Amino acid sequence: MSLWQYANPVKFLALSARVQPVLWALAAVFIGVGLIWGFFGTPDDARQGSTVKIIYLHVPAALMAINAWFMMLVASLIWLIRRHHVSALAAKAAAPVGLVMTLIALVTGAIWGQPMWGTWWAWDPRLTSFLILFLFYLGYIALWQAVEDPDTAADLTSVLCLVGSVFAVLSRYAVQFWNQGLHQGTSIPVATGNRSVADVFFYPLVMAMLGFGLLFLALVVYRTGTEIRLRRTSALRARMNRGA
Amino acid sequence: MPELGKYASEVMSAYAVSLLLLAALVGLTLWRGRAARRALEETEAEAGRRG
Amino acid sequence: MRALLLRDLRLALRAGGGFGLGLAFFLIVTMLVPFSVGPEAQLLKAIAPGVLWLGALLACLLSLDRLLALDLEDGSLELLLTAPLPLEGALAVKALAHWLTTGLPLVLAAPFLGVMLQLAAPGHLWLLASLALGTPALSVIGTFGAALTVGIKRGGLLLSLLVLPLYIPTLIFGAEVARRGAAGLDATTPLTMLAGLTLAVVALMPFAAATVLRMGLR
Repeated sequence: MSLWQYANPVKFLALSARVQPVLWALAAVFIGVGLIWGFFGTPDDARQGSTVKIIYLHVPAALMAINAWFMMLVASLIWLIRRHHVSALAAKAAAPVGLVMTLIALVTGAIWGQPMWGTWWAWDPRLTSFLILFLFYLGYIALWQAVEDPDTAADLTSVLCLVGSVFAVLSRYAVQFWNQGLHQGTSIPVATGNRSVADVFFYPLVMAMLGFGLLFLALVVYRTGTEIRLRRTSALRARMNRGA
Repeated sequence: MPELGKYASEVMSAYAVSLLLLAALVGLTLWRGRAARRALEETEAEAGRRG
Repeated sequence: MRALLLRDLRLALRAGGGFGLGLAFFLIVTMLVPFSVGPEAQLLKAIAPGVLWLGALLACLLSLDRLLALDLEDGSLELLLTAPLPLEGALAVKALAHWLTTGLPLVLAAPFLGVMLQLAAPGHLWLLASLALGTPALSVIGTFGAALTVGIKRGGLLLSLLVLPLYIPTLIFGAEVARRGAAGLDATTPLTMLAGLTLAVVALMPFAAATVLRMGLR
């Protein structure tokens, strides 16, 4: 039996029930260990002082903000091509999680940048790209809410996710072009910077990243189950109203 | 508590906001999930009675 | 296709068709800028290229909901779906009509409004060029947004939320051309990027728009 068996809502719910406790527990452990180790057990950075501790929140959140959108993209494609409802609902479920991750990345990024830039917000290319991503999440979620028919909503939001992904990449390059010369040397070592992050920071960071990833999985699996139940409830109601 | 020095408020507020947002997300998720589960059980029971 | 274009143009140009509203909006917004940032000439000169681009963009945005809504109301959208004309082509024509009646007037009006905002002399031509290249992209991206929200009641605000982020790359490159031009710097890099972006968008978005229009009307 392949992974596709879980496209069946009933099988998915059964899998979800088995896998949930493990995911939540592991997420809690990895996040707990990562944050506690990072917060209490690592030194300050020479240049950034204790603000380097924000890395354990900012980098994992930023990573998941991007990964969540990518997962939504894949799920949307699966819906468009193979019409598996579970896939469409999984994309719907992931969006608010991605939104919150983006928000955390933005807020921690702004707070981290404040001592460096002397201002609570700066139009740093990376922060700006995340702000645009935040808008894409908002639009996606709003479209799901606005369309009545669930299958049409799944269709429209899937195409929006696709088109949005293309424009997100375009915007990344446009934003870099837009703000290339202004903040030389003061950009935060973020996202892809973990190769240049010293070992002592690296391991707690990896723990935190794994923890956030597991939390994302736990949340999406749980939320997809919720969406499936909501769909089933309204389908039953519709059938009862028609029959009665 | 480690010596956070002059950036104490920045670090603390970053952690506070992040953990709050995560807690809110998880809390809302669980609350909505429970409500959905209950609604489905009630609807299925009603459908069973009628059908 | 020509018949469709002429029909859309005629509809837009007759009384009540909304022609000129976009232009009026552009004028009003431009006038509001000095009221909000103060009349100091140096400041206005600095922000003129960007503000004019933004005003043109918003004027384009506001006229998008009439792009498909009227056709939906009177049933001609259903006809388009079943017509022998490919839907992609029909939507491209609609985008063209939108540009001719909304974008193009804004392009032509911009240099005059630039005078009101103390736009530097070399900037006028560059502003014209960047808007001429950029507004077609705005029309065609807007057509996608309108198709996406076609079945949604009072979807105007949602349309804005969905379309404005998609406008960002065009705005960045377009405004950059205008800014560099006004400062007397070389603007060919952003101009090339803008041109490439518009070409790609004009070629591909009608397909995306047709796809979502079919989905939304099913």
